[in-house]
Amino acid sequence: MKNDACLYWQALNRALDAELAADDDVIVLGEDVGLYGGSYRVTEGLYARYGEWRVRDTPISESSFTGLGVGAALVGLRPVVEIMTINFALLALDAIINMAAKIPFMSGGQFPMPLVVRMPGGVARQLAAQHSQRLEQTLMNVPGLRIAVPATPQDAWWQLRQAIRSDEPIVVLEHELLYFSKGPLDEAAEAPPMHRAEVCRAGADLTIVTYSRMRELSLRAAAQLAEQGISAEVIDLRSLRPIDWETCLASLRKTHRLLVVEEDSRFAGAGAEVVATLAERAFFTLDQPPRRVAGEELPIAYNARLEAASIPSAPSIVAAAREICGQQPPEEKS
Amino acid sequence: MKVMPGYAQQGVAENDSALLSVTDKKRLLREMLYARRFEERCYEAYVERKIGGFLHLYSGEEACAHGVLEAARPGYDYVMTSYRDHIHAIKCGSDPRKVMAELFAKEGGTCKGRGGSMHIFDVEHRFMGGYALVGGPFPLAAGIAKGIKMKGGDEISICFLGDAANNQGTFHESLNMAKVWDLPVLYVCENNLYGIGTRIDRSTAVQDQYKRAAAYDIPATQVDGQDVEVVYAAAKQAIEHVRSGNGPYFLELMTYRYRGHSMSDSNAYRSKDEERSWLKRDPIHILRNRLIDSQDLTLSEFKDMDKAIIEEIENEVIAYAEQSPEPAVEDLEKYVLAENDPYVHGGAS
Repeated sequence: MKNDACLYWQALNRALDAELAADDDVIVLGEDVGLYGGSYRVTEGLYARYGEWRVRDTPISESSFTGLGVGAALVGLRPVVEIMTINFALLALDAIINMAAKIPFMSGGQFPMPLVVRMPGGVARQLAAQHSQRLEQTLMNVPGLRIAVPATPQDAWWQLRQAIRSDEPIVVLEHELLYFSKGPLDEAAEAPPMHRAEVCRAGADLTIVTYSRMRELSLRAAAQLAEQGISAEVIDLRSLRPIDWETCLASLRKTHRLLVVEEDSRFAGAGAEVVATLAERAFFTLDQPPRRVAGEELPIAYNARLEAASIPSAPSIVAAAREICGQQPPEEKS
Repeated sequence: MKVMPGYAQQGVAENDSALLSVTDKKRLLREMLYARRFEERCYEAYVERKIGGFLHLYSGEEACAHGVLEAARPGYDYVMTSYRDHIHAIKCGSDPRKVMAELFAKEGGTCKGRGGSMHIFDVEHRFMGGYALVGGPFPLAAGIAKGIKMKGGDEISICFLGDAANNQGTFHESLNMAKVWDLPVLYVCENNLYGIGTRIDRSTAVQDQYKRAAAYDIPATQVDGQDVEVVYAAAKQAIEHVRSGNGPYFLELMTYRYRGHSMSDSNAYRSKDEERSWLKRDPIHILRNRLIDSQDLTLSEFKDMDKAIIEEIENEVIAYAEQSPEPAVEDLEKYVLAENDPYVHGGAS
């Protein structure tokens, strides 16, 4: 099926539908994923099609329904656990970090862990501090986990299906503001490896490395930079563990300038790892110190103006890119 | 505070001892004695620094695992427990040599030296793991039970945990889900009265743990965990209930660990009187004396059995663990992730 304007949630829904249909061992677990159809409609229609044993509404018990998914994976099911928002995943970290990420290793390879944990996150619209967190850095530091961060409907389709088929524990971080974004979806197109980064805009003057919702902002910024004579290459990492360093390094050999754009807050955030590793591996390739445009070191405010000021915007990306490229920011306010 | 087992047995049939044949009882006696000697040998090996890290011994609690698993189908039913896990694994069918080699951190161990004492796993015998997070296995066992129920098998999921684990949120969350979905899971509470050094009356509002299952409308029984025949009889009923599709069951076994919580525990928080009172109800002695009283065993036969076990552990188990090689450092990165997973590495779609 080809669709030129698929919504992100629909692509995830199609992926779940396809895998539930293809393999009886695939099950979906989470709060309101069944009868209600999912908080962001991702599981819409699946309960009616596959029944309550395969699309299972759980009590509000994140720690235990995620742990239950781990147990089900131990006996060969392929559970897809939905955690309503990443903020609630803090209650499930015992199951994810202590159990799912450790059992294959601790057992000396006796048990695969075909578990997927999906969780929406990021800063959405005025959801306040307990619903606006970005916790990718917490999960990135856990050996044994993989983290997919699809930013487009096509990647959502590809990566969720790959995650379900994989025997590894994989966290799929979805961004709450992406669910109703539109993009093309070609279901028959061959998928790249799940962790392969995508050069989503070619350029010569600097490399912008980004992921998730910041892909869209970085592309917008790159278009504005082009009008100002700066040619930015934009790389969407697509995966935060592992990270496809080769694609980033190939780009830096061309541009010699690095800008990392992340919604994550700056200190010890995802971008810190990107900058550190690329600096280690490409120090003499770089003409300028690398830079990050990142979220501020703050809980997110309810007020929309404060909220917007806490995370990167297209203008803040443009300004940082111009500085790296030796140009003054235009129309500096005095 | 009950330090002596003076509680009522809930709902266990009369004449339980008739359920096990003399042959079975003698085998169980040998297995429990083997378990005791295995654990005490671990103690020595720890002192000799052959075993590292944390080591939690099961001495005193043998009747719990043996009584329950005797009534189950070891190797067929799925079993998991806490970090005090050696004996459960062995009763499920794990090779004691491999369990000891795992404690010795050797490549010949059940988990190739990656897990250690607290994390015995044996997929072949459906021993689904020892876990070091108190209360962590509650939901995992429910997940296994969901898998069994979806696949339509008649296995059951058995989760052994200590009394102190019941104060974790996962106890309540998991029992709730197990009941709502009528999952084939048996929760076995080995109530040894202490969470490390904190006695149950200092940590827990409701000290009879079986009563807490009522909050989730799960049938429950509390029995003497020192008498393997009583445990067996109660477990038989419980397992019958679960295997017949009636949903979860909660079995509380009153027991006592002779050693400290782990090897680093000086055991200073318990009175000598209390310890002595439990030693009088040693699970191995209870069964031994009963067999001697019924003239099915003599004391010298028992002593010969003990001697043979000690030699067997030394000559086979310890020798195997000693001789097994350490894991190669070149294999350091193995088993972190599934190797050559095509969906991750190869782009399969």
